[in-house]
Amino acid sequence: MADAETTAKTKKKADRTGFEPHIIGFLCNWCTYAGADLAGTSRIGYPTNIKAVRVPCSGRVDAMYVINALKNGADGVLVSGCHPGDCHYNQGNYYARRRFMILREIFSAMGINPERLQMSWCSAAEGAKWAQIVAQVTEKIRELGPFEGI
Amino acid sequence: MARIGVFVCWCGSNIAGTVDVKKVAEEVSKLPYVVYSTDYKYMCSDPGQNMIKEAIKEHRLTGVVVSACSPRMHEVTFRRTVQEEGVNPYMMEMANIREHCSWVHDDMEEATEKAIELVRMAVAKAVELEPMEKIEVPVTKRALVIGGGIAGIQAALDIADGGVEVILVEKSPSIGGKMSQLDETFPTLDCSQCILTPKMVDAAQHPNIKIYSYAELEELDGFIGNFQARIRQKARSVDMELCNGCGDCWNKCPQKKIPSEFEAGMSDRAAIYVPFPQAIPNTPVIDRENCIYFQSGKCGVCAKICPTGAISYDQSDEFITEEVGAVVVATGYDLFNTDVIGEYGYGEIPDVISGLQFERLSSASGPTEGKIVRPSDGKKPEEVAFICCVGSRDDKYGRPYCSRICCMYTAKHAILLHHKSHGSQAYVFYIDVRAGGKGYEEFLRRATEEEGAIYMRGRVSRLYRDNGKVVVKGADTLSGAQIELHCDMVVLANGITASPGAEELARKLSISYDEYGFYSEAHPKLRPVETNTAGIYLAGCCQAPKDIPDSVSQASAAASKVLALFSGDFLTREPNIAEVNPFTCTGCFTCREVCPYDAIDEEEVTVHIDGKKVTRTIARVNLGKCQGCGICCAVCRSNAINLKGTKDLQIFRQIKAFTGSEKEKSDEPVGSKK
Repeated sequence: MADAETTAKTKKKADRTGFEPHIIGFLCNWCTYAGADLAGTSRIGYPTNIKAVRVPCSGRVDAMYVINALKNGADGVLVSGCHPGDCHYNQGNYYARRRFMILREIFSAMGINPERLQMSWCSAAEGAKWAQIVAQVTEKIRELGPFEGI
Repeated sequence: MARIGVFVCWCGSNIAGTVDVKKVAEEVSKLPYVVYSTDYKYMCSDPGQNMIKEAIKEHRLTGVVVSACSPRMHEVTFRRTVQEEGVNPYMMEMANIREHCSWVHDDMEEATEKAIELVRMAVAKAVELEPMEKIEVPVTKRALVIGGGIAGIQAALDIADGGVEVILVEKSPSIGGKMSQLDETFPTLDCSQCILTPKMVDAAQHPNIKIYSYAELEELDGFIGNFQARIRQKARSVDMELCNGCGDCWNKCPQKKIPSEFEAGMSDRAAIYVPFPQAIPNTPVIDRENCIYFQSGKCGVCAKICPTGAISYDQSDEFITEEVGAVVVATGYDLFNTDVIGEYGYGEIPDVISGLQFERLSSASGPTEGKIVRPSDGKKPEEVAFICCVGSRDDKYGRPYCSRICCMYTAKHAILLHHKSHGSQAYVFYIDVRAGGKGYEEFLRRATEEEGAIYMRGRVSRLYRDNGKVVVKGADTLSGAQIELHCDMVVLANGITASPGAEELARKLSISYDEYGFYSEAHPKLRPVETNTAGIYLAGCCQAPKDIPDSVSQASAAASKVLALFSGDFLTREPNIAEVNPFTCTGCFTCREVCPYDAIDEEEVTVHIDGKKVTRTIARVNLGKCQGCGICCAVCRSNAINLKGTKDLQIFRQIKAFTGSEKEKSDEPVGSKK
């Protein structure tokens, strides 16, 4: 790559100041992970803050994963699966939805902002939606600031 | 101890254009357990794969991380690569730095940083990977086909020709399905029965096909390769062995006023009947609800007259269990019930008929022997209106989808009217004409240009009787004119709906269906005949509306899937399934409650606790049924069930690696399992 270009890109990063959140995303293999792949194939850009962990189903995501992520330095967690009714495993996303609604309640009770745990539904055909989700979630967590524990 | 090799792919400039691949390789080489790291232009190319193989040999790698495209793209490729060098294929992990990184970010520094993080997470998981072996399950090489219409018959014949035994279950007294009721078929106008009945005979005489007619699937148990199908053989009240099909019984039966299902209600049948002359099997059934003997205990004419003594009033439903390895569902469709459209007056105005009734009128074997006449007075209809999209593309009736066959069968009806009722004029009201198929557009042109059908674009708002005629009120939206036509007969092009009981059957098979009751295929483009339940395939209109050629194609496709499944004595399946730790399982069976596949069995184990022998009932995962969703793992109270390939510890390591050196972390993850 030409030097001028590299400098331009590096500068962009250097210009940015302030807090950049660390977000971990648990993406189901069948819908959201594939949707994120599609965002890539379609070259739809989004912030670099979210790093994905591929799981077979959003229903696979143990509440402990979320807690662990926050404990290990994540500022926010995103769980994303197939749209309700479209789960590859029929009902895994319903379990996930219920589980994380409860976890968010527990977070509130513990004094953790429940918004640190985000959920979304994104199908394999929704590359643009994935990019949007990443941008929105990143912005949300950025507003909340670094997670300092409880 | 793990020895991990990391291979960073450039993917030409796809990755290297945005990610500093050299830096990634260099940074990750400092990670614990990483003994080798390198980068290359195209890892998936032969030289790239050879690099991996060489490195495995040279550095005695126990695990490999390929940092390249999405695992959905090349996971299989690289698993094969490491396997060829003697490393277990499941000891390979991919870091997706193309779709999830280089293609969506443009700042090189940020993208490189993220790529390093993604690789670091992959390495952390790779350290915890365990060798796995594909699961082998024995296969019962017999297939069950549900539904004996053209799709079911085609699937059964193709599977049977492949040397596999087929059980064909049909709920009505004869196989043949809807196609047997049709007159001529578009776009070639070949006679439906002439092309169907030889296939019916082939199915009946095929040494590998066993037909259960007048039978239904009661229950399906088991899993791919090993299903047990419980079939209810409804009481026919006629002994199939003794009956010679002479027809004395239905000729002499005093109860002859039952609307014939086969003739779409255009003529009557007896209480003991075969649906149509070419029925297979050609053995009558007694319709007990309408039989005088069964309703009042008197009569018994058929039993008295039967020359072979085949009538058996005391027959009862029987249950048969068949072992099969695969199931093809070909349960077809039903026509949209036009009764619900009040403004069309179907059922009230005798000269408003359904598309299927027109088929019977036009059919040489139908009630009028092919003479097209008005039902009300038996006269020749001079002017006939055809209304398309009745119960299709209509949100009002909850049917927004296109039924796909009505445009073409209406064009066919217009042509048949022209052929069989000389001088009659066809008017077709349509929304859009959809003629997407081989020879379809030409066929449509033939209807309009050669056979004189007049097409008008617009929906009909109302039908009513006036002076012996049916008045069609509507609009021609192209000219903007209001239209009022006085016709002799109106034919409604009913759309397709899911067959009645489709949802109940779906639950028996644990396959999914859409909001209209059509069965869901595993992938709308790439797996159109498979369901999400392994070993169950779809053919014909039960999946979505389709015409005969498409139904037959899908049936043959389903048959080829079944034959491929049966090509070996064992099935190999991906090993990513749940496993129970017998020492920590408490036998609460919460896992069973959440399992979508009924894959949790009970197991008795004897363990020694404090020197005492204790027998406990714990969970065991059924290798055939488990699909590897991992829902059970997340709900297990004692963390006793884990998903191979996505174990808790593997995820925890990824979580821990994710923020890397940026924040101080505790040594052990919270709630670490294993």
